[in-house]
Amino acid sequence: MRNIAFMFVGVFFGIIMTKSEAISWFRIYEMFRFESFHMYGIIGTAVVLGAAIVAIMKKTKMKTLDGELVDLKRKIPLNWKRHIIAGSIFGLGWAVIGCCPGPIYVLLGNGYSIAILFLVAALAGTFTYGLLRNKLPH
Amino acid sequence: MELISSPLLAVEWLRMPWHWAVSGAALSSLVFLMTWMGKRFGISSSFNNICAAAGAGRFTPFFKERQVDSIWRYFFVVGTILGGFIASTFLSSPEAVAISQETISSLESYGYSYPEMDATGAGFIPTQFINYTSLKGILIAIAGGFMVGFGARYAGGCTSGHAITGLSHLQLPSLITVIGFFIGGLLMTHFILPFLL
Repeated sequence: MRNIAFMFVGVFFGIIMTKSEAISWFRIYEMFRFESFHMYGIIGTAVVLGAAIVAIMKKTKMKTLDGELVDLKRKIPLNWKRHIIAGSIFGLGWAVIGCCPGPIYVLLGNGYSIAILFLVAALAGTFTYGLLRNKLPH
Repeated sequence: MELISSPLLAVEWLRMPWHWAVSGAALSSLVFLMTWMGKRFGISSSFNNICAAAGAGRFTPFFKERQVDSIWRYFFVVGTILGGFIASTFLSSPEAVAISQETISSLESYGYSYPEMDATGAGFIPTQFINYTSLKGILIAIAGGFMVGFGARYAGGCTSGHAITGLSHLQLPSLITVIGFFIGGLLMTHFILPFLL
């Protein structure tokens, strides 16, 4: 039953991404050229409100549906080199196809068949990382 | 905004492009929903799940995982695709994405006109630049998609996992990763895209 609920959360996510225009290559291009506040406004509002929500959930010791306290279960260890390199590779891809992982799926739903190629390439990238993992700085 | 007959008011309002504050608030409500439902909001992990389901675990233990643990994420992904379909079918904006005049001018300097650069006219993907009909268009789609997949996994998350969830949890690694997103993005937009467009 909970899985069906996750599907509805996904539907909500897909609608938000489309209506916010965050799936638009042009919005990403515009963002990296600092020619509009639109994308910064979206991410900024989401982070400020998200941080407030998480803080309140922790402060009130709110339990999740699994009966657990709110916390990131798997924290990523701090490693400047890894984060800067990995983030930059992601950013290069994000700026050229104007699309990050969520929008790949959303664009599929919007009927853009090129997103199939994005997805296949992203899966190949994920697989390649898995193969090279031990050779990369972490 | 002109007056609209009242029963359709809500749908008409939803069809308009959303203000950034509305979109941002909606995204933060997703953080709440996912956290409350006992999950972290992140999309790129689905790439792991798909690789694992396709048998990538035979090549590296990185992709060894219990398939049952990722079932919920397939539902989420299917919902996400469905959400895009619903939005484009019932809630599509009457006009193309209203990017700034400077951005349009910059595209014109490379010989493109907007919104014609997207064959659908919606202003979502520049199909004159990224497409199946030219070798360049295909290579860009593959290279970009590859870097997004590789980078997201190497970073341990993408825009949703790091920029939204990670920053909401005030994680320093997420902040550094987001700085990395911008280093790569600015490099691409200002120093590489001019040669590709």
